[in-house]
Amino acid sequence: MVKRILAVDDSASMRQMVLFTLQGAGYAVLQACDGVEALEVARNSSVDLVLTDVHMPGMDGIALVRELRTLPNYRFVPMLILTTESSQEKKMDGKNAGATGWIVKPFNPPQLLATVARVI
Amino acid sequence: MTTLDLEMAEIAKVFFQESREGLDAMESGLLSLGTTADTENINTIFRAAHSIKGGSATFGFAAVADFTHGVETLLDQMRNGVRPVTPEAIQTLLQACDCLREMVAATEAEQPFDKERIAALNADIAHILGEQPNQAPTPGAHGAAADPGAANELCGWRIVFEPVVDLLRVRNEPTRMFAELSCLGHFNARADVSRLPPLDELDPESCYLSWTIDIAGEVSRAKLDEVFDWVDSRCRVEITPTGSSPIAAGTAPGAPAAPAIAAASNDPKSAPADAPRGSALVSAPAQKAAGESGSIRVATEKVDDIINLVGELLITQSMLSGFADGIDTNDLDRLRQGLSQLARNTRELQESVMQIRMLPISFAFNRFPRIVHDLSRKLGKKVELKLLGEGTELDKTVLEKISDPLVHLVRNALDHGLETPDRRRAAGKHETGTLELAAFHEGGNIIIEVRDDGGGLNKPKILQKARERALVAPDQDLSDEQIDNLIFMPGFSTAEQVSDVSGRGVGMDVVRRNIHDLGGHVQISSKEGLGSTIRIRLPLTLAILDGQLVRVGKEIYVISLLAIVETIQVARERVNTLAGRTEVFRLRDEYLPVVKLCDQFGVEPDSRSATDGLLVVVEADGKRAGVLVDDLLAQQQVVIKSLESNFKPVSGIAGATILGDGTVALIIDVPDFIRAAVKRSGGAFTAHAA
Repeated sequence: MVKRILAVDDSASMRQMVLFTLQGAGYAVLQACDGVEALEVARNSSVDLVLTDVHMPGMDGIALVRELRTLPNYRFVPMLILTTESSQEKKMDGKNAGATGWIVKPFNPPQLLATVARVI
Repeated sequence: MTTLDLEMAEIAKVFFQESREGLDAMESGLLSLGTTADTENINTIFRAAHSIKGGSATFGFAAVADFTHGVETLLDQMRNGVRPVTPEAIQTLLQACDCLREMVAATEAEQPFDKERIAALNADIAHILGEQPNQAPTPGAHGAAADPGAANELCGWRIVFEPVVDLLRVRNEPTRMFAELSCLGHFNARADVSRLPPLDELDPESCYLSWTIDIAGEVSRAKLDEVFDWVDSRCRVEITPTGSSPIAAGTAPGAPAAPAIAAASNDPKSAPADAPRGSALVSAPAQKAAGESGSIRVATEKVDDIINLVGELLITQSMLSGFADGIDTNDLDRLRQGLSQLARNTRELQESVMQIRMLPISFAFNRFPRIVHDLSRKLGKKVELKLLGEGTELDKTVLEKISDPLVHLVRNALDHGLETPDRRRAAGKHETGTLELAAFHEGGNIIIEVRDDGGGLNKPKILQKARERALVAPDQDLSDEQIDNLIFMPGFSTAEQVSDVSGRGVGMDVVRRNIHDLGGHVQISSKEGLGSTIRIRLPLTLAILDGQLVRVGKEIYVISLLAIVETIQVARERVNTLAGRTEVFRLRDEYLPVVKLCDQFGVEPDSRSATDGLLVVVEADGKRAGVLVDDLLAQQQVVIKSLESNFKPVSGIAGATILGDGTVALIIDVPDFIRAAVKRSGGAFTAHAA
């Protein structure tokens, strides 16, 4: 069965890059441009992995992970946050909110795929 | 180039566009920041910088990413309240925005950067951050940290992994980690089941096991750290080399005494992620972005509207085509209905198509916060800029052409209109002046007003100057409004000294001419001590004109409704002849010249004298004239066809249009006609009648 990934980022170019890379590798990708929209998408469909940026208007990535973990069918879904190398504390914030792990920006398509393969 | 590269280049284009939008957002955010740290605003600015940094790093534009890093750090500190938001810092950040904009453009065009400027700004930012300029963060510095990992080739490792019970809560699965480890080398794991509770107390969602793992083979420490990178820092992860290689002791400088390192606590792991920065640049877009003014971004709903209307049109067409085989009288009603439907469809379609060219005036207004900010600093004035009616839409061409005249007017208002804080206080006004830019629709026109609450125009000085330059006759009596509008005359500048802000030779006359070229009109009114208002009236579009059809003999002409003041019949006693040739008539307290289209175009009219026909009073450039016509016909919107591109330019004619019956009607160029008429009558008509 095709794995479904929810990609959340407020930057269209990053979304496109993630989308292109993941679709190329045979994943199905759902997109959202901020936490609020992602939550809406997540409520209406089930996914195998959530990839989210940290800094977004509305609801940020950390809050999104925290919210998602309260949903019964997202308790055990892997969630990865996209973060920059400089933000060690963001990684910990993400961890405490319930994120499975992180992908350090910048990353290229092979790195993204390798990281995704670690969790699904 | 591989498909991947091509695709990435396409996505990079999106990134460039996005960066420009991000920079605009940063700029307007910075301008409205003031001196108080408005958290949401700073967050927005920070996010924009953050996205540009992340994107540029991802797409391999290392220079842009590095430069943005400093900006981002500064914003992050402001956001967290560590760094005060000072006007100097804002100024530096604004300059950084400009610099980034150029860097993005240079990257897109594959041009070199202005390295000196970047270095200077980097130094400024570093200065604010309290760093030595040379210590501007360079990601390459991490490179050294990667060395120990790289040198760590050993014969094997022993890993003791004792997870916290709620490890699985965030879906960190030991089985997946083991799968990764087994890819690295020969893998052997022994589970410790001592923590396992009795079955009736066992929580299926908890992890009670711990493991001792042996990895044999040449495996770097960094690889192992990576596997355990994500596990909770509360987990016990002990990694010890099992090989007897002498290098082993020396290559773990971080923890030579204590071989166990909590996996999540050290940073060198980020080093591998830095690698792609130095590696090949993402191949830049093959073709340059097309000239921007050549394309329009259209909202999808506008296109949908048009498609909808075309659908309607097709239905009407098929309905009418049923009559092709001839009709009898019973069908007349249906035919009439079809035709009226066709008329409605066409009108709606026309409106929708015109809508495509309509853009909100915010496209022109958006540059003003920055201009006003920079200029008021330079002039030492305090100004509050208010933008009103930014959503007002107008034609793209008009929008593009009105932008420069507006900049000129705003600069003028700041330079000459608004006073310095000292003078304002002395005059009993608030020391911060107000500059308003307002746009709104009025009738079929768009009105743009530039209002300031400054000192107003110095009427005596203007009048004196105009007399010096013989722009008005010495004995001529002018109304206040007429005096004010003298500043639009060619060769007029009252600035005591020419500053580098305004008055560089481009005068208000150029502004007025530009506006006239757009078929618009500009006017100024001012009250001494209270300020000035410049009012620009523009047609919504250049392609369609609200016209009044007039008849002269057998010919039909079109006069723009915008230019028409009124239409009158004059009594004989109000008409005089000057020098035996030019006719003038008296309208209230003004003498106006009569323009005879019949003489101009050589047609045979019904009425040769001003008293027989109708006089259409038209106005342009503040001057009026009466156009003699035989009859007023319908008012209608006409599509302007250029005479210049279809024939050749003809003085007095602005263009042509095709009427419903297929005949061509010429559109009168009112300003041109008035100029000619005033010239013929000796320029005496700007004055009021005594």
